[in-house]
Amino acid sequence: MSAGTALSEVFKRTKRERRVALIPYITAGHPSLTDLPELVGALNDGGADIIEIGIPFSDPLADGPVLQKAATQALNQGVKIRDILSITADLSAYSVPIVYLTYFNPVFHFGVRRFLEAARDSGVRGLIIPDLPWSESGEVFNYTQELGMSLIPLVAPTSTNRHIASLAKATGFIYGVSVTGVTGVRKDVDSGLKVLVDRVKQYVSLPLAIGFGISTPEQASYVGQMADGVIVGSALVRLIDQDRSRASQRAQEFVASLRQALSN
Amino acid sequence: MAMMKDVPDDRGRYGPFGGQYVPETLIPALEELFEAYAQAQQDQDFHLEFTSLLKDYVGRPTPLRKAHRLSEALGFDVYLKREDLNHTGAHKINNTVGQILLARRMGKSRIIAETGAGQHGVATATAAALFGLKSQVYMGEEDVKRQALNVYRMKLLGTEVIPVASGSRTLKDATNEAIRDWVTNVRTTFYVIGSVVGPHPYPMMVRNFQSVIGQEARLQFQELTGGLPTHIVAPVGGGSNSMGIFYAFRNDPVSLIGVEAAGAGIDTGKHAATITVGVKGILHGSLSYLLQDDDGQVMPAHSVSAGLDYPGVGPEHAYFHDIGRAQYQAITDQEALDAFHRLSELEGIIPALESAHAVAWVIKAQHHLKGQNAKVIINLSGRGDKDVESVREYEGSQP
Repeated sequence: MSAGTALSEVFKRTKRERRVALIPYITAGHPSLTDLPELVGALNDGGADIIEIGIPFSDPLADGPVLQKAATQALNQGVKIRDILSITADLSAYSVPIVYLTYFNPVFHFGVRRFLEAARDSGVRGLIIPDLPWSESGEVFNYTQELGMSLIPLVAPTSTNRHIASLAKATGFIYGVSVTGVTGVRKDVDSGLKVLVDRVKQYVSLPLAIGFGISTPEQASYVGQMADGVIVGSALVRLIDQDRSRASQRAQEFVASLRQALSN
Repeated sequence: MAMMKDVPDDRGRYGPFGGQYVPETLIPALEELFEAYAQAQQDQDFHLEFTSLLKDYVGRPTPLRKAHRLSEALGFDVYLKREDLNHTGAHKINNTVGQILLARRMGKSRIIAETGAGQHGVATATAAALFGLKSQVYMGEEDVKRQALNVYRMKLLGTEVIPVASGSRTLKDATNEAIRDWVTNVRTTFYVIGSVVGPHPYPMMVRNFQSVIGQEARLQFQELTGGLPTHIVAPVGGGSNSMGIFYAFRNDPVSLIGVEAAGAGIDTGKHAATITVGVKGILHGSLSYLLQDDDGQVMPAHSVSAGLDYPGVGPEHAYFHDIGRAQYQAITDQEALDAFHRLSELEGIIPALESAHAVAWVIKAQHHLKGQNAKVIINLSGRGDKDVESVREYEGSQP
């Protein structure tokens, strides 16, 4: 099964099961790289449908304070991309589909083609690169298609209809940014979200997962009424940060509570 | 000499460099900015207002004058383009006046900027005050401590300085934070970038606002000598003063020399010689050369001159380097400090440490330039008052 299909299969299944796909995010190397297998196991056990693993970058300009701090801590421990790739290769055999989130420079520096091949060989199904807008992504997109992976495009509340319409050729899913802003825990879900979802649905038939600022089961449930998937990052990373000794257990409980909220 | 191809192309590329590597949220804002700038360029009134502010508020044209005692000491002719005599003491104001005019034209009510040493922050605060616009400037915590006087200047001018505690707490991180602010408040906010860096159209726009330096220098040099200089020498951090003076000479048979900061020495790893070391990468919205480690993580830069202390460089400089139109050389902290003293003593001009790097290269290349009977213009991008205290401390701490 090609990877683009692997992600679509997830959404077909969740749709059949009349629920919304749950996509938790964690930063590789936070709290430490050796924790990654156990944390991915916990997210699987909690009921994740797709797992986003962040490859830390020194200058994460789309991230708020929580994910900035996680990336800094990971890099201060000397986390390397090759180590993340190698651990992912062990994990992906028993996990739900894994996608990487990282910034463009680490990928570019590694060599775009080489990085994508290495990621594919580690079982990674897709890639999210928040500072690589769709208009600059031609080369990366073409390679992902050749390699049977997905480059997940982002749409924001400010995106034009022309941009949204151009996403028709994408595979996997679309990442809808719920707010005009960076990642982070927020009290309320942006009231303009419905407008964005409707605009995307008007132009593109791909599944739409919403992220940025979704931190509680209540918010997940609210967003789940409009979207095909819900992405939760900062809230999970903050929780792992707060209770490191019981990080996996807390992560599993939290993911399970989100899953519960999305299944009703 | 063949005419250079016009860059950037319509995708914001300078050869392979440049582009728009920013979150999707900002793409429509960059399109809006591009359109607004293109319209302003066609608008005679915009030009008139910009030119009149440069004349009556900034104090342009700045003089170009032969540095007689330095020329005599070196054995060839050296001219100084006096950007240090601009209002606020450096070339930065040329660009901030232009961008603030554009912000007003676009109806943006709030101005943000990043600053390292504080020169661009002060120039932004100044232009914002002139038009009564609310402004906030991001500055790394380290820089806030090191440049307390500029922080106070910005406050005097009615600007709020926001200290940035993330990453290395310097210019790079202040820029990240300014971009995050812009992503969040993009509908109401104009981001005034301080150099020829960032996503398209910023490198082009900043270059054009700064190109007045080279246009003046070219005319002034012809009036003084009847010909062209053989060399233009200017410091390069992000590269706005150097691109500003290079641009008018790009199709002339004139050597363009960009001087980067070699800091404690290239082989110590503590430097800001981005092009000299030469690894391509993406930071703050464009593809250019970048100081980075084996994993593509951005490395902190080092220079005694805060204005050169940046791990990236403008994409057009990367392009000029690749096609061989400009040469990029690196000067150490110590060489720059020696030149700082030498120019002060010989010409009665205390240069900014950034500008002292350009002076130092000319001194270092004395033998070679003398042999060519060179006529050199140094872009004296700023005055050194801001650096006097740190030079005194630095020299006091040396064995």
